[in-house]
Amino acid sequence: MPELGKYAVAVYGSYISTLVLMAALVVFVVWRNAKARRTLEQIEGVKKHG
Amino acid sequence: MSLWQYANPVKFLNLSGKVLPALSVLTVICLVTGLYWGYFVTPDDYKQGSTVKIIYIHVPSALIAINAWFMMLVAALIWLIRRHHVSALAAKAASHVGVVMTLIALITGAFWGQPMWGTWWAWDPRLTSFLILFLFYLGYIALWSAIEDPDTAADLTSVLCIVGSVFAVLSRYAVNFWNQGLHQGATLSLDKEENISDVFYFPLLFCIAGFVLLFLVLTLVGTRAEIRNRRARALVARERG
Repeated sequence: MPELGKYAVAVYGSYISTLVLMAALVVFVVWRNAKARRTLEQIEGVKKHG
Repeated sequence: MSLWQYANPVKFLNLSGKVLPALSVLTVICLVTGLYWGYFVTPDDYKQGSTVKIIYIHVPSALIAINAWFMMLVAALIWLIRRHHVSALAAKAASHVGVVMTLIALITGAFWGQPMWGTWWAWDPRLTSFLILFLFYLGYIALWSAIEDPDTAADLTSVLCIVGSVFAVLSRYAVNFWNQGLHQGATLSLDKEENISDVFYFPLLFCIAGFVLLFLVLTLVGTRAEIRNRRARALVARERG
């Protein structure tokens, strides 16, 4: 691990907040797409099979 | 073959479904390589010490924050001129990525500014225009949610996008326009004398490539979700009508 010295809070703070926000963004986008696909399949299924 | 054929939602879904796996793998490779190289391998800067490691997330996120808005502007203009739904939906999908990238740039900038400038925040031209850009992103997303009719929402958000472009330009060139404030000029330059040292430059290029690819992947996935949502709403409306 690199020695960050007196700037550890700044560097760790930046990286941790970035990773948390990016992970939340990826989860949100993927979850939204999966939800949209399920909803559309459901509606198209009802339409096809009455 | 025309580019406009991809304005057809079915063709867009087919093509994006084919390219997404490869793009996702490339994104992970670039991000992991760039961040590992930048964080673990590069030395400390003689002036800024270990805070220079923040450059690998701050610069790429700021670059995406500004350029995502320009991509939204192009998509908004295509919607207003040619009325292609996919372009309006792509702009909406890009806004979700853009707002998070703007927030990352603001937070990492504050963490970097505190030890270097002695303050978390200053009403500096670039910082202020970036904060306004962030508020425009929030307003843009809120406007999409507030209007039920998708075409009206696309029209009004496109107008907001055109207005907000002023702040996207200001965020990029504020330092040059006013030549004052704490924030320095562009980090990257074609002039070898002005550009950052190669030891920081090459891992930064990987990080930028990784962030650009991440933006592309998430915007494509988000656009696919928007297309499906629109189709689902249309089918439900047709059933009811």
